[in-house]
Amino acid sequence: MASLLQRRRLPRDTWWAYLFLSPVLFGAFIFVLAPAIATLFISFTEWQMGSAPSWIGVENYRKEFNEPLFWQALRNTAYYTVGIIPLNMAVSLLLALALNAPIRYRVFYRTAFFMPVVTSVVAVALVWSWLYNPDFGVINLLLAKIGIQGPGWLTSQQWAMPSVIIMSVWHGMGYNMVIFLAGLQGIPVHLYEAAKIDGANWWSEFRHITLPMLSPTTFFILIISIIGSFQVFGQIYMMTRGGPANATHVLVLRIFNLAFRFFHMGQAAALAWVLFVIIMAVTLIQFRYSRWVHYE
Amino acid sequence: MSERAGVTQPRQVYSSAARRSGVWAKRMSAAGRLLLHAVLLITGFLTILPFLWMLSTSLKSEGTVFIYPPKWIPDPIVWENYLEAWTFLPMGQAYVNSLKIGLIVTAGSLFTSTLAGYTFAKLQFPGRNVLFVLLLATMMIPGQVTLVPSYILYSYIGWIDTHLPLIVPPALGGAFGVFLMRQYYMTIPADLEDAARIDGCNPWQTYLRIMVPLSGPPVSALAIFTFMGSWNDFLGPLVFLNSQVKFTVPLMIASFQGLYSTNWSLLMAAASIALIPVLIIYISAQRYFIQGITLTGMKA
Repeated sequence: MASLLQRRRLPRDTWWAYLFLSPVLFGAFIFVLAPAIATLFISFTEWQMGSAPSWIGVENYRKEFNEPLFWQALRNTAYYTVGIIPLNMAVSLLLALALNAPIRYRVFYRTAFFMPVVTSVVAVALVWSWLYNPDFGVINLLLAKIGIQGPGWLTSQQWAMPSVIIMSVWHGMGYNMVIFLAGLQGIPVHLYEAAKIDGANWWSEFRHITLPMLSPTTFFILIISIIGSFQVFGQIYMMTRGGPANATHVLVLRIFNLAFRFFHMGQAAALAWVLFVIIMAVTLIQFRYSRWVHYE
Repeated sequence: MSERAGVTQPRQVYSSAARRSGVWAKRMSAAGRLLLHAVLLITGFLTILPFLWMLSTSLKSEGTVFIYPPKWIPDPIVWENYLEAWTFLPMGQAYVNSLKIGLIVTAGSLFTSTLAGYTFAKLQFPGRNVLFVLLLATMMIPGQVTLVPSYILYSYIGWIDTHLPLIVPPALGGAFGVFLMRQYYMTIPADLEDAARIDGCNPWQTYLRIMVPLSGPPVSALAIFTFMGSWNDFLGPLVFLNSQVKFTVPLMIASFQGLYSTNWSLLMAAASIALIPVLIIYISAQRYFIQGITLTGMKA
C-alpha cells in the first residue's frame, strides 16, 4: 500500500521538489558554481576593469610564480597555518578537558572562553592593535612589571606573525573548545568505568580512551581549521596590512590587493585558483592519511 | 556514530555528561578541584581582559591613555568619547545597515534552507542524489575563489555600492544550512508526512504545517550563525561598498582606524560601540549559541 502510494505520487512530487529547490539551486549556480568556473577562465586572460579581456594563456600563472611576493605570501600563509593549528588545538582541547570535569560554574567559564568567537574580527583586531602597542600597550606594560622588555609586536618583522597568531588563537579557541566538549561528552561512560576496574590511571585513560574516541572530532576540527587558516584576512588587514616588510603578507591579502587595488583581475583570478587547489590538495592529503582516526 | 552525524540529540548528551560527572566526582580530590578553578579563573580572566582594557581605554581622556603606570579605572571618566565616536562617523547608520542586511539574509536563508532541506529529506524526485552532492560540493569552494567574477558580474548589473551583493546570494540559502536541515528532517518519522498526505495536504502544506513547527532547535542554531556570519562579514562589504552611508559596522570600524590612527580612546569607544551590544546579546543567550555549535558541529 505504501509503495503503491509512493509510486503514484512520484510525478506529482517532482514538480513540487524542483520548485522548492529552485532558490537554493539558483543561488548555488549563479553565485558559487558559475563564478568559480568563471574564475578559471578569467585567470587565462589579461583583464583590467573597464576594458575587454584578452586571452593570454598561462601568462598570469607564469607571472605569479615568478613573483617573489607570491612565494613570500605562500610561506607566510604556511607559517600562520603551522603556527596556529597546534596551538589552537592544544588550547581548545585543554579547555574542553577542564570544562568536562565535574566542577561548578562551568557555564560561567564556558561563557568567557567562547566570548571572543561571537565578536567581529575587525573590531577585536583593533582592540588587539592597542594591546600590542609597543610603548603603551597593556601587554608590554604587564611584561615590564615582571622585568621583561616586550618587543614591538606588530612593528617587528620577527614578532608580527606570532602576534597575529596569538590574537587568532584567542579569537577562535572557544569554537573548537565547544566542539571538543561535545565530542568528549559523546564518549560512552562504560569505557571509563571498565578502565577504572582495570586500574588505569588518568594518563592511560586519556591516551587509550579519550584520544582515540575523540579522533573523529579532532579530525573534523583539523580539516575546518586548516581550511580557515588558509583564508585568514580580516585580522591581517586591520593589524598589519601585510607588513612590516611583508612579514605578514598572506595569500588572500595578495588576491585582494591584486584585484581591488591594482585591478589585475586576471592575475588575481589565477592566484584565487592556486589558493583553491592548495586548499583542496591539503584537505585530500588529510583524508588520505586519516588512518589515525578511530571510528566506532 | 553515523546516525548521530550532523544532528546530535542534546538530551542524550546531557544525561551522559551527568552520569560521567557522577563517576568523576568521586575521583577528583578537593585540592584538584581548587587547582582547576584557579587555572580556569586565570585563563578566563585573560580571555576577557582585552574587552575590559577596551572599555577602560574607551572612557579615558586622550591624555590619560598614555599615563604610566596605567590605571584600570579611568579618572576622569570621559563619556564624551562615545558621543564623539557615535557622531563623527555615521555609526548609527552603520548599525541600521548591518541590522537590515542581517535580518533579511537570516529570514531569507531560513526559508530557502528549510524548504530545500525538507525536499531533499522527504520528497521523491529524479536527480535527488546528484543535486544534493552537487550542492554539497559548493561548500568546499572558498569565497575568495568567486570574488573576482562576482565583482565583475555585480558591476555589470549595477550592484556595486549597494547592499544587494551582501543580501541576495546568502539569502538564497547555502549548502551548509540545507545540509543541516536535511539531516534534521531525516529524523522525523515518515508516518507524520504520510498522515498529512493521506489527509490531502500537498507538499507545501505538509512543509508549512508539519515540518516548520517541528524544526525548532536546528533553525534557531542556523538563525544565530547566519546572522552572525552576515553581521561580522568584512571582505564582502570591503569589496562591494564605497559610500560611507552604506557601510556595515565592521567596515565603519575599519574606516575609523584610518581616521584616528593614534587616538586610542576614541578608537576603543568605537570598538566598544560595535562590540557591547553583541556581547550583551551573547551573554543573555549564550546557551543557544553553544547549543547551536553542538548541534551543527558534526562528528565526521
